[in-house]
Amino acid sequence: MGSRLPILPEQASTFAGQVDALYFFLVGISLFFSLLIAGLVAYFAVKYRRRSEHDPIPKPATGGTTLEIVWSVIPLLISMVIFVWGASIFFTINRPPDDALEIYVVAKQWMWKLQHRDGQREINELHIPMGRPVRLRMTSEDVIHSFYVPSFRTKQDVLPGRYTTMWFQPTKPGKYHLFCAEYCGTKHSGMIGWVYVLDPPEYQAWLSGGAGEGSLASRGEKLFQDLACTNCHKSDGSGRGPNLEGLFGKPIELEGGGKVTVDEAYLRESILSPQAKIAAGFQPIMPTFQGLVTEDQLLQLIEYIKSTGKKDEPAAQPAGKKKAAR
Amino acid sequence: MITEAPVDTGNYITSHYGIKSWLLTVDHKRIALLYLIAITFFFFLGGAFAVMIRLELLTPQGDLFQSETYNKLFTMHGIIMIFFFLVPSIPATLGNFLVPLMIGARDLAFPRLNLASWYIFIVGGCFSVFAAIFGGVDTGWTFYTPYSSTYSNTWVTVTAMGIFITGFSSILTGLNFIVTIHTMRAPGLSWFRLPLFIWSHYATSLIMILGTPVVAVTMLLVGLERMFRVPIFDPALGGDPVLFQHLFWFYSHPAVYIMILPAMGVVSELVAASTRKPVFGYKVVAFASIAIAVFGFLVWGHHMFVSGQSVYASLVFSFLSYAVAIPSAVKVFNWTATMHKGSNSYHTPMLYAFGFIGLFTIGGLTGLFVAALGVDVHVHDTYFVIAHFHYIMVGGAIMGYLGGLHFWWPKITGRLYPELPAKLSAFTIFVGFNLTFFPQFVLGYLGMPRRYHAYPEEFQVLNVMSTAGASILAFGYALPMLYFLWSLKWGKHASPNPWGAKGLEWLTTSPPPTENFKEMPVVTEPAYAYAPHKGVKVVDV
Repeated sequence: MGSRLPILPEQASTFAGQVDALYFFLVGISLFFSLLIAGLVAYFAVKYRRRSEHDPIPKPATGGTTLEIVWSVIPLLISMVIFVWGASIFFTINRPPDDALEIYVVAKQWMWKLQHRDGQREINELHIPMGRPVRLRMTSEDVIHSFYVPSFRTKQDVLPGRYTTMWFQPTKPGKYHLFCAEYCGTKHSGMIGWVYVLDPPEYQAWLSGGAGEGSLASRGEKLFQDLACTNCHKSDGSGRGPNLEGLFGKPIELEGGGKVTVDEAYLRESILSPQAKIAAGFQPIMPTFQGLVTEDQLLQLIEYIKSTGKKDEPAAQPAGKKKAAR
Repeated sequence: MITEAPVDTGNYITSHYGIKSWLLTVDHKRIALLYLIAITFFFFLGGAFAVMIRLELLTPQGDLFQSETYNKLFTMHGIIMIFFFLVPSIPATLGNFLVPLMIGARDLAFPRLNLASWYIFIVGGCFSVFAAIFGGVDTGWTFYTPYSSTYSNTWVTVTAMGIFITGFSSILTGLNFIVTIHTMRAPGLSWFRLPLFIWSHYATSLIMILGTPVVAVTMLLVGLERMFRVPIFDPALGGDPVLFQHLFWFYSHPAVYIMILPAMGVVSELVAASTRKPVFGYKVVAFASIAIAVFGFLVWGHHMFVSGQSVYASLVFSFLSYAVAIPSAVKVFNWTATMHKGSNSYHTPMLYAFGFIGLFTIGGLTGLFVAALGVDVHVHDTYFVIAHFHYIMVGGAIMGYLGGLHFWWPKITGRLYPELPAKLSAFTIFVGFNLTFFPQFVLGYLGMPRRYHAYPEEFQVLNVMSTAGASILAFGYALPMLYFLWSLKWGKHASPNPWGAKGLEWLTTSPPPTENFKEMPVVTEPAYAYAPHKGVKVVDV
């Protein structure tokens, strides 16, 4: 937008064009109806003005049923078009593609902590490659926040105690505002940052720059050993807890009946509230790790458990531009 | 049409003297005035907070106030304006005054309950004003958990108690109206002869008694979690923060209709009196009020499209939001059609009605934006939403309130307000309002989040426009305060029916006697029967 008073933020994701198209349709509809009402009111106001107090009393209108039906049905039809159009965009926004680059977000008062799978950690900055779908898996350490990038036309609340996800596919290299959109306390308006969309070569350069502490999965693996998880979750299946290797994404039977698919939410729950859903054939003996692991560490553990299924993938790439502040 | 005032000094104002006669009154008209004084105080208090917000936002840096202070300012602005001004505004003042008069009753069904509701309102208000002055609260008027229940260090519990208490005054008022409208209508005043003002107050009362208990309990739960760590909303205790949003919006979305329905009722009366015609499609407009009240309870989830709520739930809430938009649109069309071939006059009340129709139309149309799932994801929690709901709740509700206040001022006080400054105020408010809030639509679409103390520099031009508009708006709101007070002493005496309007309230003196009517009115004609109705079939859609 070159003009001094733009009316749109930059269009920098695949959603932007779709959202703006519906927006302009809505602006058109609004202009039409506002002008229609204003025009009619002004016309009637002038044409049928009372010229003196002795003007005859107007006759009440007769009929009108047809009119009432017409002006109920037409707005209803128009609004159904808007509804379906809006819903179809919403489904796109809520359906991430499978090949999306996964990045973890931990929000806290008042900063964004971002962790790349390869190990880079960032604060209030997010570097992503142009053209590649990106999926964020997000949680909060304290209150509700909301991850909002106006140029991508999408936002998602970030909740404590659970994971929410969002995705986008940048279409234009550049630097874009990242805002917290859900009021989160004193420095809410300071919980802002930048999203850098880099051309793939630049992104590769960024990835390889800086010293890292190993990939997310490798840090998770270390944690897995430090917390002595391996004592029970043995890889040969002989432990007191289930073997977690390759378990991610698979359905398991629960003690007392029922099934659950092992996903991020289930792993998180099982670490923090182990008694909630016990895998069939095991005793409820695992202690809770609530308070012992941070949100960041939880994500590392989950990432490690996820990685154990995919033996052929290189688990770690030594990289990482920034060390997290904490 | 215009009759001279009969010489009669025995009206409700002069019947008794002394402060005690006011504070212990059970006369609905006097209680309406008590409410009027109280909510006027709250309106200017809430307005003062708004002025400070706009001054801070004049520059991108947060330089006028600390962040803590700014957050308290917008919180108190919202709480005062919504719970202590907009919700009681029309029902507790004009509704209290007019419901018995319009249906030919001597008073409301439960006069003592009516007085009690005022006292409850004042006690609740004291809690919140006390909290505002001595500590402040910084959660936003929405009190989202777990921020409000665990993290905020401000006076959340006291404020929540204030809202909890005030809820009961709302419930009692609604209850009183419903019983009164059911049981105390004058002979011959059947349901479809009722003024549309009564229909809209009936619908409003339904929301008050069904919705208010939910928000009261929600506030109580926040207080319990804060004080006793009862696990309800905070996930660290095992609660669910999104549960709060469901409970909160279950009331707070219908609350928007508590604010706008009475204003719609006022506008129907103003349009009929100014055109000297029955409102076009009377029954449709009446049922539209009920439809809005009922559908209004089914759309709360449209505040939660990005909260992590199920996609399918969002789909249903979006669909129902469009359903509730239709009756509102139909009302606007009906008011416009009423002007067709009317004998249209343009005293101040009608100018306010025009303002209402214009601003409510824009507010309603932008509601289509935020109800559209794909667009809401972008504009949710931005200034677009701020602009949208101010168009409805300030542009709509306050325009209706002021229009009604001008229209019935002669009836309430027995004095005429001066027409010229009144027209100036209507015009100033309309211009100031649009300059304040229209730029905020653009700001919101550009991505400026709400509740930001400081903001990126590229948003400054639009913020300066908005603040400039707010100063005009503040002047516009101050004007009626001045000339209404002036008119109490120097205004011309009003005849019983200065507008030549239809409706039972215009049959009695201005101001009315304590017992409202010297003799019981008997109704033989439909509402707004300006033309002799014998032999004329009044439109019955």
